[in-house]
Amino acid sequence: MSPAAYVFLAVILFTIGGVGVLIRRNMILVFMSVELMLNACNLAFVSFARLHGNLDGQVVAFFVMVVAAAEVVVGLAILMAIYRARRSASVDDANLLKN
Amino acid sequence: MILHVLANGGAGGTNLDPIYDKVLFWILAVLAVSAALAMILVRQAVHCAMMLAVVMLSLAVMYAMQGAPFLAFVQVIVYTGAVLMLFLFVVMLIGLASAESLKETIAGQRLWAGLAGLGLVVLLVVGIGHAAIGSAAPQTAANGTDNLTGLAQLIFTTYVFPFEVTSALLITAALGAMVLAHRERTSPKPTQREVARRKIESGQVQPEPPPGVYALHNAVDMPAMLPDGTTTNRSVSDAVVQRDVQLGRDPQGVVVADIAERERIEAERQLEAGRAGRDPQ
Repeated sequence: MSPAAYVFLAVILFTIGGVGVLIRRNMILVFMSVELMLNACNLAFVSFARLHGNLDGQVVAFFVMVVAAAEVVVGLAILMAIYRARRSASVDDANLLKN
Repeated sequence: MILHVLANGGAGGTNLDPIYDKVLFWILAVLAVSAALAMILVRQAVHCAMMLAVVMLSLAVMYAMQGAPFLAFVQVIVYTGAVLMLFLFVVMLIGLASAESLKETIAGQRLWAGLAGLGLVVLLVVGIGHAAIGSAAPQTAANGTDNLTGLAQLIFTTYVFPFEVTSALLITAALGAMVLAHRERTSPKPTQREVARRKIESGQVQPEPPPGVYALHNAVDMPAMLPDGTTTNRSVSDAVVQRDVQLGRDPQGVVVADIAERERIEAERQLEAGRAGRDPQ
């Protein structure tokens, strides 16, 4: 398949991830949707690397994976801390700054 | 065919037979999109994680098809192996709260989110469609003999500084996770004497009845039966009770009905026995 097909697939997956972030109210699931968006970006990077015939895109995708791993570790630790403090993982309950 | 993809995915992008390439792409694309949709729609967090695993594995095969076998393996090991495992651990730690209610808190939120997503897809597809992406260029010789060598050359020459910064990021992330997960003790640890005194003062000296004591059923959500024949819910963990409420189960009722049934059978048996005793043998 041409790289364009992969890019369109990446667009669709990215949008599904974005909609997931908007409609899910559980923090873990919002986080999983963000991971889906990152994966879609990686797919686009790899497709563009193939399109240009060099490996720079693959290197960037590799760095994205590393940063995503670090982000997941810190994010899930924050989530656990919030859950311990408030006994809830719903994004609606984290409204301490409201009024 | 996967081995074929991985073996040939080296230098020149995909060397797969065009027919196989198309068929594999469409199978994986449909799989990935439907799994992604299922991920944002199913209710249980564990099911979401499984759907995410399906998406990630299909993306890994796509990387291999696009001449990135190294990234395909990293995707499987780092994402599907490590990141998703971490997600599953947190889902299990948080437990029940991970199944959210499907009630909307903001009116029309889902509708507007769907519309926004649709708009984003249209915008991006039209934009990319105008960009006229051509077919894949052949890999240049400067990229090394194969994918792994080429990547290593790039990472350790052009991208060596970002690579070094990455190590700092990873160490910071590890420390941050430790700091965030660490809980400082706000009150002094109770001594053995204090624990003993509190226990006596609380009025309950003996431990809670464990599940399954004098139980009629072999399941943890069934309440224990006390020696006097009554049942107690104190033997059941709070999480299990909550889950039973969510699923609309009534183990206490089951046990009560069971006791009644047993008593009825016992009474019948005694009646039978009495009748048999009266019969002249």
